[in-house]
Amino acid sequence: METLSAMVTKRIAFGFLTILVISVLIFVGVEALPGDLAEAVLGQNALPQTVEAFRRELKLDLPPHVRYFAWLGDFLRGDFGTSLANGRSIAELIGWRLANTLFLAGMTAIIAVPLAIILGLLAALYQNSWFDRTISIATLSTISFPEFFVAYILIALLSVQLILFPSLSNIHAGMSFFEKLNVIFLPCLTMTLVVVAHMMRMTRAAIINVLTSPFIEMARLKGMSRVRIILHHALPNALSPIINVVVLNLAYLVVGVVVVEVVFVYPGLGQLLVDSVSKRDLPVVQACGLIFAATYVLLNLIADVLSMLSNPKLRQPK
Amino acid sequence: MLTLLKKSPLSARVGLIIILLNLVTMILAPAIAPYGETEMVGEVWAPMSAEHLMGTDQLGRDLFTRIVYGARNTITIALLITLLSFAVGSLCGFLAATVGGWVDQVISRIVDVVMAFPTLIFALMVLSVAGTSIPVLIAVIAILDATRVYRLSRAVAMDIEVLDFVEVARLRGEGLWWIMRHEILPNAMPPLIAEFGLRFCFVFLFISALSFLGLGIQPPTADWGSMVRENSGAISFGILTPLWPAGAIALLTIGVNLVVDWFLHRSSQIRSQ
Repeated sequence: METLSAMVTKRIAFGFLTILVISVLIFVGVEALPGDLAEAVLGQNALPQTVEAFRRELKLDLPPHVRYFAWLGDFLRGDFGTSLANGRSIAELIGWRLANTLFLAGMTAIIAVPLAIILGLLAALYQNSWFDRTISIATLSTISFPEFFVAYILIALLSVQLILFPSLSNIHAGMSFFEKLNVIFLPCLTMTLVVVAHMMRMTRAAIINVLTSPFIEMARLKGMSRVRIILHHALPNALSPIINVVVLNLAYLVVGVVVVEVVFVYPGLGQLLVDSVSKRDLPVVQACGLIFAATYVLLNLIADVLSMLSNPKLRQPK
Repeated sequence: MLTLLKKSPLSARVGLIIILLNLVTMILAPAIAPYGETEMVGEVWAPMSAEHLMGTDQLGRDLFTRIVYGARNTITIALLITLLSFAVGSLCGFLAATVGGWVDQVISRIVDVVMAFPTLIFALMVLSVAGTSIPVLIAVIAILDATRVYRLSRAVAMDIEVLDFVEVARLRGEGLWWIMRHEILPNAMPPLIAEFGLRFCFVFLFISALSFLGLGIQPPTADWGSMVRENSGAISFGILTPLWPAGAIALLTIGVNLVVDWFLHRSSQIRSQ
């Protein structure tokens, strides 16, 4: 039996290896382009001399492995190169948008995580009651809905009919914190509805799963109240799957933000990625893709490590 | 089959009716649709009327016609992708489980790497390099989806592979293909069928999301995801046109989910008896 610390170290090392492999794949993917970047940008009618000069400027004349390490080194230092579409520095394009995306995802997480856990606990506590059934049907349908359907329903109701919140999340640096909150209310609500459903169902399932174990039966026979049983006996033992699903949903948030940002024309990283894909601005796509993928892998890594740490069976030395 | 249907709960029947409705629309599209797929027949964003059941879209095309043809285009592509991903995924999964050793190691590690990518980001990166065309779209989503099918079919086949009747077939001298086809596949069917429903939903939502982002099926082909995108401007005038195609997507997904739920519930009951 491995010790816990050895397992955790191994998992972390594996996580970083995954990020490295992903960075190689992203790099190789762009290399696989028929012709190369210089030809793709300048078009077929460009003079051979122009293509040659541009190639030198992009350092395409060096061998691939040299360029990979140069690219990765620059990336780690925060130098992402320049955009092909408008020649601006990618770091400048990304910096502000990344902050916007993190703000949106972070606000959603702050609302969604406690809400999901409380709803899950209540549904487990009043299992098979009308409350439980209503929530079960509501969450099953929000899981089946595409994000943009939820988003447009919310816009039609809250923005067009009731005129409570703006339907375009036009955020800019000069806004106060509360103005920003008002502007991101609808995208935030859309994402909350989508992730709460999943987290809440898993929390309920995890608690109900623990409720069938003998020590709960024992507590019940002792005459303990249902609330006390769930909070003191079931919840600590269901913590590992709950933490896992919460962090996995945060990882989902980081990616799910792409569609929601496009619906609300929110100036975030997802919007930038989609725009760059349609313009085929490959350096920007590479940078955004690597940031998204690395965040996703890191959150998955945290989920695994936390569930190892919170699992009582793994914590005890054998 | 009929007695099975009689015993089915209400939710499953509703699901079956939704699926049937979509399939009929898909097959009979030209007979049902009152106008041509790309025919401009009226004002822009005309309201609902007897001539235009759901109104018209941003170019004055009949929305009902577009929805009917959209069913045909979107569902056909989603089904094609799911079938492809099951063919590739389950074949690799069974192979990994029956052969084991380095074959299993190599396929599993490749799958690990692909699954470490967030699916949408992976698809966007491939589309940015390879361009958005239908064959590329089908290949990318099928590969992404096949990794999930692989995990499941490998796990299921691992459990079957150790059973006596597979051992007997091996000793009888049956070949690898025969064992996969006649011993493992029939026994792995129930979980795979339920998974097929879930994967179809995933593929269908995924392709709609890509089309919605403008990177999936390209206009003028009628497709539900792109229709939401094209008509999204209407919503700020209080015109609900984009909700029709978006609702069609949601309806089909719910229908499939209801049937899958019933199926999973049934097979878990059989096992516990």
